[in-house]
Amino acid sequence: MYAQMVKSEASNEDPEKLAEFQARIDADIKIEPKDWMPQAYRKTLIRQIGQHAHSEIVGQLPEGNWITRAPTLERKAILLAKVQDEAGHGLYLYCAAETLGVSRDELTEMLLDGRMKYSSIFNYPTLNWADIGAVGWLVDGAAIMNQVPLQRTSFGPYSRAMIRICKEESFHQRQGYDAIRKMAEGTPEQRKMAQDAMNRFWYPSLMMFGPSDKDSVHSAQSMAWKIKINTNDELRQKFVDQTVPQAEYLGLTIPDPDLKWNEERGHYDFSEPDWSEFFDVIKGNGPCNVDRLAARNKAWDDGKWVRDGLLAHARKKQSGNLAAE
Amino acid sequence: MNNEWPLWEIFIRGQHGMSHRHVGSLHAPDAKMAIKNARDVYTRRNEGVSIWVVEANNISASSPSDKGPLYEPSESKVYRHPTFFDIPEEVGAM
Repeated sequence: MYAQMVKSEASNEDPEKLAEFQARIDADIKIEPKDWMPQAYRKTLIRQIGQHAHSEIVGQLPEGNWITRAPTLERKAILLAKVQDEAGHGLYLYCAAETLGVSRDELTEMLLDGRMKYSSIFNYPTLNWADIGAVGWLVDGAAIMNQVPLQRTSFGPYSRAMIRICKEESFHQRQGYDAIRKMAEGTPEQRKMAQDAMNRFWYPSLMMFGPSDKDSVHSAQSMAWKIKINTNDELRQKFVDQTVPQAEYLGLTIPDPDLKWNEERGHYDFSEPDWSEFFDVIKGNGPCNVDRLAARNKAWDDGKWVRDGLLAHARKKQSGNLAAE
Repeated sequence: MNNEWPLWEIFIRGQHGMSHRHVGSLHAPDAKMAIKNARDVYTRRNEGVSIWVVEANNISASSPSDKGPLYEPSESKVYRHPTFFDIPEEVGAM
């Protein structure tokens, strides 16, 4: 997912306070920034929300790659609006993380020097216009699966950020489906491009949910805290069940010979992605890891004079005001 | 010196006649830029007709531990609610 394999921390605090805290969460009372919370809850959330925010920001890069080459002015305007939304989503999430006591600059630095991660999916390239359709349809579709339940998460600022994000996310998926549908219904060549994009993005999209965590202690703790609502497998299954009919409508084939409807389970059976590839991408060896981090570092470094200049201007004006009083 | 832009809390009037509501926060060097940024971050879909920005460290807040002393006194004053009083049916709507 946008936050993958977030490790939880162990708590060793006053058992009475911990029990009181858990009781609040069990009663669906939101935790707000100034409330007492276990250190471990705070740290895990900073990691999770931070990773989610970084994913929104880095996620702009593969799509931004096609803004100048969108096939029509309308598609270009739509893509611009979508990428702008992603920036907004990153900002909502950074602000939610900051209420936990980490600064924006610290978060940014941890992304830039690799201490914090972003979703594995953004380390794959967008090779042509069909990929932009596939990203909106499949990648945003997978993200929505995770984000919708997170609206009910226990931490107030995170929940409110997710509510805002979910309101906007559906546009992202629909514009992607619309773009790839145009190609799937187009010339044989366009159709081939759509299928090729589907082939390349299917398994990386399934990887977004992370490896099975049904036996993970981190997941169990996060679920008790309601900062994770479903297991990775549940969400992945839901995504597959939702996506197969959408692909069928387009006449695109899901690149999995073992995919079939299981009457008994009431779900599709499907093949697991290659998890060794996933771990390799997470470690930094995906096709675009180096480019993505280089682009973020360049943006940060090149923007420094603007940040400093505007701040210096604001401070100068403020001291001028004081002198005039 | 810390060169992070200060944090601003953003309040938006959603539509005519409504009060401003807190929608979130953002960083900006000064109030003017905070308003410009708030427009981009929080009103991309016609969510507002007016924006207030307040630097976050100018906001004072009650503390969660004061909850008891602050709000309990009002719990015992049920007569402040109109439903406390029985009005005879013959009197009609009041």
